[in-house]
Amino acid sequence: MDEKLYTARDWNLHPPYLHEPYKSTVLRSPRKALVPLPETLSELTGPVYGHDALKAGDDDLTMNARLNGEPLGERIIVTGRVLDENDRPVPGTLVEVWQANAAGRYHHPVEQHDAPLDPNFHGAGRVVTDAEGRYRFTTIRPGEYPWPNHDKAFRPAHIHFSLFGPSFITRLVTQMYFPGDPLLPIDPIFLGIPDEEARERLISKFSLAETVHDWALGYEFDIVLRGRKATPREA
Amino acid sequence: MPKQSAAQTIGPYFAICLTPEIWGMEGIASNTLRRSDTPGEHIRIEGRVLDGEGVAVSDALIEIWQANAAGRYRHPEDDREELALDEGFTGFGRCRTDADGAFSFETVKPGRVPGQGNRLQAPHVSLIVQARGMLSHAFTRFYFSDEEAANEEDAVLASVEAARRPTLIAARSETPDGIVYRLDIVLQGDEETVFFDA
Repeated sequence: MDEKLYTARDWNLHPPYLHEPYKSTVLRSPRKALVPLPETLSELTGPVYGHDALKAGDDDLTMNARLNGEPLGERIIVTGRVLDENDRPVPGTLVEVWQANAAGRYHHPVEQHDAPLDPNFHGAGRVVTDAEGRYRFTTIRPGEYPWPNHDKAFRPAHIHFSLFGPSFITRLVTQMYFPGDPLLPIDPIFLGIPDEEARERLISKFSLAETVHDWALGYEFDIVLRGRKATPREA
Repeated sequence: MPKQSAAQTIGPYFAICLTPEIWGMEGIASNTLRRSDTPGEHIRIEGRVLDGEGVAVSDALIEIWQANAAGRYRHPEDDREELALDEGFTGFGRCRTDADGAFSFETVKPGRVPGQGNRLQAPHVSLIVQARGMLSHAFTRFYFSDEEAANEEDAVLASVEAARRPTLIAARSETPDGIVYRLDIVLQGDEETVFFDA
């Protein structure tokens, strides 16, 4: 048996497929035991998207969908580092983000929530991490919004993050939350994460250092992907 | 040392970023992986995503990753220079399911790639399945029904109990529009797709 290069997905940290308080999981959760998969080239390779995948303005959601003016809401800067479990930066990896507008409405036909669309805000962006694993984008603080899960259900404000990392098996889709949000302790999606510290790590931190005078508040959010256990195979 | 960031559901609105074609925008990838001149057998992979009651999952995201027809991945880890890469073929595709839960990819049939102990694997594509209602993503694979001999000796297929192997094998048919491989992804129930702990 070959030794695996990557640490396993840590199911003490990731939410299980079935988490009944989040009602949509009941019929959409695989129930049979996952089958162990060896690491072959199919798992150790993965999509590679770098700076050539970006267009000008992809890192500024306040600019990239303007029709006739500025989007409404509070301008913010979100920045952080993508690291692996060995505390090493993950450089050159694509980070895709999407979110609701300031009123808590997504620019999506399925979204029927009675809140205004913003003609100058689409709510999607892309950035690529630099040599230190750092990313940075400018956006509007997303609003909370109701969803049909239970009586008076509102999602806490959040930004969706999608990352690949160095291989197909390091893929991660997660959500970034905001500090002090009173909806977090009652959100079934957030509470689907079984570990309290793992939940806390999805809450961004207000950063005075990243705040830009007279312009935008800064939030820091680091993301940790699965890492290689040992030194990579080097020739 | 830092710990893995926890996954959270992709939710129902990912299309605004990941598959934004309906807004006239381009994502990083679509469900067309090949060009007209991409070497290899041109195929369509299609199926539906179904929930535990057999109801269509109309807001799933299917991502596929595969080698080219020569069996080479476009990635630094695959350094087998003797196998050519194909211009314009990344090996990655994305498709959002429609109202019927249907997805499809226009691609090429992948070549065989090495597995453990340098034994060749049967041709396959790797998939990530996500949807509203899935808090973490799920890994699976699609193999090809006309590769019986290769499938027979594939170590990953052999690790799956025989009764569940058909959930990983897409059925080939030759249609007026070309070669189609079809397989549904069943999230739950007796016919549940085999998902991997990758």
